[in-house]
Amino acid sequence: MKLELRGITKRFPGVVANDAVDLVIEEGEIHGLLGENGAGKSTLMNILYGLYTADEGEVLIDGEPVTFAGPGDAIDAGIGMVHQHFMLVPVFTVAENITLGVEHTKGLGLLDRRSAEAEVHRLSEEFGLPVDPHAVVEDLPVGVQQRVEILKALHREARLLILDEPTAVLTPQETEDLFRAMRSLKESGRSIVFISHKLKEHKAIVDRISVLRRGRIVGTADPATTSEQELANLMVGRPVGLTVDKADRETGEAVLAVRGITVLDARGKPAVDGVDLDVHRGEIVAIAGVEGNGQTELVRAITGLDPVAGGTIELLGRDVTAFGRKELLRAGVGHIPEDRNREGIVGDFTVAENLVLPMWDAAPFAERGRRRFGAIAEVAEREVDDFDIRTPSIHTTAGSLSGGNAQKVVVAREFARPLDLLVAAQPTRGVDVGSIEYIHRRIVDKRNEGAAVVIVSSELDEVLALADRVAVMFHGRLVGPFPMPVSREAVGLLMAGATPDEAMGATR
Amino acid sequence: MTTPEGPDERQVPPPSPDAASADEPEVRGAEERDREHAAPVHAAAGPMERFVAAVTGTSVVVTILAFVSAMVVGALFIALSEEAVRESMGYFLARPGDALSAAWSVSAEAYGALFRGAVGGAYQLSETGTAAIPLILTGLAVAIPLRAGMFNIGGEGQVIAGGVVAGFVGFAVTGLPFLVHLPLAILAGILGGAAYGFLPGILKARTGAHEVITTIMLNNIAIYVTDYLLSTDRFRLEGRSDPISKTVEASAVLPRIFAGLRLHWGLLLVVVVAVAIWWLLERSTFGFELTAVGKNPDAARAAGMSTGRMIVLGLTLAGALAGLAGGAQILGLQQRITGGFSGGLGFDGITVALLGRGSVGGTVAAGVLFGALKAGGRSMQGATGTSLDLVVVLQALIILFVAAPALVRAIFRIRAQGPATGELAKGWGA
Ligand SMILES: Nc1ncnc2c1ncn2[C@@H]1O[C@H](COP(=O)(O)OP(=O)(O)OP(=O)(O)O)[C@@H](O)[C@H]1O
Ligand SMILES: [Mg+2]
Repeated sequence: MKLELRGITKRFPGVVANDAVDLVIEEGEIHGLLGENGAGKSTLMNILYGLYTADEGEVLIDGEPVTFAGPGDAIDAGIGMVHQHFMLVPVFTVAENITLGVEHTKGLGLLDRRSAEAEVHRLSEEFGLPVDPHAVVEDLPVGVQQRVEILKALHREARLLILDEPTAVLTPQETEDLFRAMRSLKESGRSIVFISHKLKEHKAIVDRISVLRRGRIVGTADPATTSEQELANLMVGRPVGLTVDKADRETGEAVLAVRGITVLDARGKPAVDGVDLDVHRGEIVAIAGVEGNGQTELVRAITGLDPVAGGTIELLGRDVTAFGRKELLRAGVGHIPEDRNREGIVGDFTVAENLVLPMWDAAPFAERGRRRFGAIAEVAEREVDDFDIRTPSIHTTAGSLSGGNAQKVVVAREFARPLDLLVAAQPTRGVDVGSIEYIHRRIVDKRNEGAAVVIVSSELDEVLALADRVAVMFHGRLVGPFPMPVSREAVGLLMAGATPDEAMGATR
Repeated sequence: MTTPEGPDERQVPPPSPDAASADEPEVRGAEERDREHAAPVHAAAGPMERFVAAVTGTSVVVTILAFVSAMVVGALFIALSEEAVRESMGYFLARPGDALSAAWSVSAEAYGALFRGAVGGAYQLSETGTAAIPLILTGLAVAIPLRAGMFNIGGEGQVIAGGVVAGFVGFAVTGLPFLVHLPLAILAGILGGAAYGFLPGILKARTGAHEVITTIMLNNIAIYVTDYLLSTDRFRLEGRSDPISKTVEASAVLPRIFAGLRLHWGLLLVVVVAVAIWWLLERSTFGFELTAVGKNPDAARAAGMSTGRMIVLGLTLAGALAGLAGGAQILGLQQRITGGFSGGLGFDGITVALLGRGSVGGTVAAGVLFGALKAGGRSMQGATGTSLDLVVVLQALIILFVAAPALVRAIFRIRAQGPATGELAKGWGA
């Protein structure tokens, strides 16, 4: 179907999220949306999906104006949306989730499981989205859950699919699989709106790119003829550096010394299996790996969120294995958690409150149990400026920020205090290129100031750009770290389970 | 002179909805915006979290309209319970005007009597104040745990625990001067309630036992233990076989403020407590931590906050306030512990806190309102014969409307801003 947005305007208190946006999405087109954090991409898509109502403007499907009172109407009109946080019932099977709400029944209203599963099977074959209809959703990796979401939309006969940053949580391999499916959807005549901050991805999959800046469409681009640099400049409105400048630096004493730690998962199996790791002052150690190989658990143990089942953790020569989270944070450990919405921000609190969250009861933000609003506001204003957090004010609730701006809040507050060790998990997930540049620079600054930095990232570009040494997690064990330079291919091989000799030998 | 407040005394409504909205201004500004984000509390929010968010997240307007709706439905009940109105219903189709005007005059008369009974003079005001004292305290005892995402159903048990301990210190300790004995008895009440709130707190923090279940159970334990105590010689008033305790020493009685009126100095305690709790919740690091734990326990933990500590402290503090309410009832009003002296105060506190939307200002205002209903209802029954049970009905209606903001919005055609479907979850793209 052909979809047209005309003059869409949406205001929130203090911001115009969409400002007279015109957009046409042709039948069988993959349309890329590019724009800085807070540019209004998600808002526009939420309007299209009936979640928000536009203040002005109209939506036309195949030339006919339509109005949506809610997502139900949008779905009926053939629009499907996959949010990053999936709306699946964890204990239901794939087939049950996909057919939920439009169940297959035989006489007397009995569920027809067999026909539901056959239908799911058919859809998954047709579009190259392999899933096991019998699998229970909570046991599946994110990438597969995302497929289930897409199939759910297809089962409801979506002819236009909105994918809001679908690749932010995918591994490179999963991204490839998604792209293949997107191509076959396109061949079937369906249209797709694809949002991503990764310019490479736009160039790889998209037919036409619309660029949003501060709520307005500032241009469209043909991905085939526009370079990444040009796209970045168009989006930010100024030249952006896409690489990190990093001078060599002498490393100092060991800040973090991990000795043989083991962490058990919920089922009692070791998720982290006897890991040793030293990180020194003035160096960045990047940990790569396919999601689910124990990186998450390792970071949680090092930062005091989960207990270890064995081994010791030392911070500047002090045994901190038994430290609680608060003790560790106050001892000079900074942590950027992987799941920002769950562990990073309190959505109902203001931006200012979130910017001091881990220091809520410490000077200068509190004094003998009394919160000091002046000091909080002062630091918050500064952080908002430094990190270019796009918010109407520091008193806006953090939950109303755009995804990338919320991430910047989480990142900013860790840089506001003196740290000996910074552990950053997916620090730039969902962040636009301009801000990635800035966050990377700040991470390098931290290292130059003499902090020890651990980065966990599924973004190979990020790993290779920042690391002084790189390690790979595979099946709960840590391989490395190896001093840079290590080639992209070698890291890839290590992630797939090759031994260091194989990996290095094959590529050096 | 000291009519013990029996368990049958409940409340009724005066037409002054404005009272229900004394709230911190900063919150009000954020209100409409919050609606847009009511849904994405966080993806894993359970029914409890969503209930708490629904109650504390509704706007002042919706709350007031909920109250108005309850009044209107209440008027219907008044009218239908009236013989004359029912008769005119018989020929409703022939002459609908009769039925309507009869209904109108009956309910207007009842509400008028209610209003006069609540604020019509010094005596009435004193009665309203007297009734409001414990209601505000038990309301806060629900509002505080609500901050931390917990639902304290145990106000009743905590009131009883506080009242019994305060009363015991009041009659069993003798020979102390007033300035020592009264504070001691009050403190005993607070500690009794606090201990009774600590219990479900520690159970939840240590074992995960849900506070709704444990506090309900503890209510029953408190009731029956009190019955038992009142049957022992240590407590029972000599020469009486019914459950009534010895009389509190004069040195432990909370004195009246004005001669001849029942209003006692517990009022001052309530004012001090309310201000202190407001400061604690809105200005202190403790309140911030408590609220963070309630809003997003995972993020709170990741920020180094202690969820377990907040659970225990939140419920203990709640218990302390409910205990104070019990102590004030015994020391200020009854001077004797009786079986069932709490009379549902703990449960009324739930209504008060919900109507007050969990904020301190709102809870105080709702407590005063419900005190007025209670006092006014009694005189309405005397004046117009409308049953005092109407107050209970109104209370139930208010809960119903407050707990279902979507219903109120539908009735008054207020558009909920943004997604009300709960389908919008915040993702990376959000
Ligand atoms: N529900 C809301 N209430 C108030 N303001 C909002 C709300 N949703 C979005 N905004 C504001 O609207 C603007 C656009 O936000 P939007 O989420 O559309 O950005 P985005 O382009 O998706 O950014 P990102 O790349 O970071 O995801 C932001 O300034 C944001 O703060
Ligand atoms: Mg977005």
